[in-house]
Amino acid sequence: MASAAETKEALFGPVFNNNPIGLQILGICSALAVTTQMSVALVMCIALTSVTAFSNLFISMIRNVIPSSIRIIVQMTIIASLVIIVDQILGAVAYEISKQLTVFVGLIITNCIVMGRAEAFAMQNPPGISFIDGVGNGLGYSAVLMAVAFIRELFGSGSLFGYQVLALANDGGWYHPVGMLLLPPSAFFIIGLLIWALRVWKTEQVEEPDYEIGGHTALTKPA
Amino acid sequence: MAYNKDSMQNILVVAVGICLVASIVVSSTAVFLKPTRVANQEADRFKNILVAAGLYVEGQTPSGDVQEIFSQFEARLVDLEEHRILTAEQAAAEGIDVNSYNQRSAAKDPALSKSIPRQDDIASIGRRARYSVIYLLADENGRLDKVVLPVHGYGLWSTLYGFLALEEDLNTVVGITFYEQKETAGLGGEVDNPKWKALWQGKEIYDNGEVALQVIKGVVEPGAHHAEHKIDGLSGATLTSVGVQNLVRYWLGDEGFGPVLKQLDTQLVGAI
Repeated sequence: MASAAETKEALFGPVFNNNPIGLQILGICSALAVTTQMSVALVMCIALTSVTAFSNLFISMIRNVIPSSIRIIVQMTIIASLVIIVDQILGAVAYEISKQLTVFVGLIITNCIVMGRAEAFAMQNPPGISFIDGVGNGLGYSAVLMAVAFIRELFGSGSLFGYQVLALANDGGWYHPVGMLLLPPSAFFIIGLLIWALRVWKTEQVEEPDYEIGGHTALTKPA
Repeated sequence: MAYNKDSMQNILVVAVGICLVASIVVSSTAVFLKPTRVANQEADRFKNILVAAGLYVEGQTPSGDVQEIFSQFEARLVDLEEHRILTAEQAAAEGIDVNSYNQRSAAKDPALSKSIPRQDDIASIGRRARYSVIYLLADENGRLDKVVLPVHGYGLWSTLYGFLALEEDLNTVVGITFYEQKETAGLGGEVDNPKWKALWQGKEIYDNGEVALQVIKGVVEPGAHHAEHKIDGLSGATLTSVGVQNLVRYWLGDEGFGPVLKQLDTQLVGAI
């Protein structure tokens, strides 16, 4: 069994130090689509976290028998089955929200975080720690999604989890909602700013530039 | 012999094994949860019909009552081609069960639908199913009190699906609701805003037998000419507003329920 420190690292490391969205820039598309309301984003987070955790668990359990030539297909089969099950469960227990999530639950299959963790972690590590790694990465994804949804719902609709916090001008209040926040591109800006903030705080996440712009040389005469 | 996970034999065993296990798990979940899912979808449809008819208020009507209130409605199959309202027996003779009839999948079936000529297709729906289901509500004397019609049409990004309810004069709007739409949240998505939907109440559809209902730009002044036919447009969502206007015009016009509504006039619900 993994030590307590390793477990803690697998669980909380992906939240700030190795965030799947913030550092690895994975899973952006669903982060744009489902973050206009916090309740919808929360359900999406739970769905993605459970799929990542269980796909890691099952793939890790059979990692020693998976032939390397068909390993991606085996991973996809397991992930796709889990996603269908999650979709079915949502349709049965949270019908209203599953209607709003529409295709995005199905698209968890193509979410790079799930596939990335299966290939990078679960194929090399025992089931227990793989499961925790899945939960951790799900939490990292959730942290970003909830932050984006918080900003978008609060300033875009003046509410949080559907409860009106800022009185809207439409209803006789004072707050004029920022319509742009309800459109997908706004999530790009918010995620970009979050990544910026994260990298100011954790400077080791700043990437080396691919190339440096050289000094200005046009006016210097050749020697 | 040492275990070789990359042998052809193992590849086949793992591939078949995974597929078998995955398919059994997925299909048993689907079968196990199907009754709940179907019940949810049905409850949602019932609820939306009640919302259109003004009999359900979100957060006030207990959701347990939906089934009971809905049972007062009578679902009837309508033949949009021959302009007639079928009895349950006639519907059964056509091989259609009113309660499980799916107009959306029927619209894709060439045998049960027709392609709408471009000039008539004001709601931009492409094909129209021959049959549709309307919901009749009788008052205590057995006379028609309200009728709820399913409507759909294209807005800006998506097809809007909803219900429109009319009073017994078959002209005055009781309410409208959209249960499925993917218009821009905050702009066109406001078709679902209860405040906007409340504007529809009491508006009149027909003027001299023609559909006169309009969704205008801006706000309708109370004394304006034909104010009873006009509804405030959604600001910032002109195309969605026009889409809603067009779908109402299509479904209440001659191609839609128009001719059938004329037959409904003043009849006893039991006799229809």
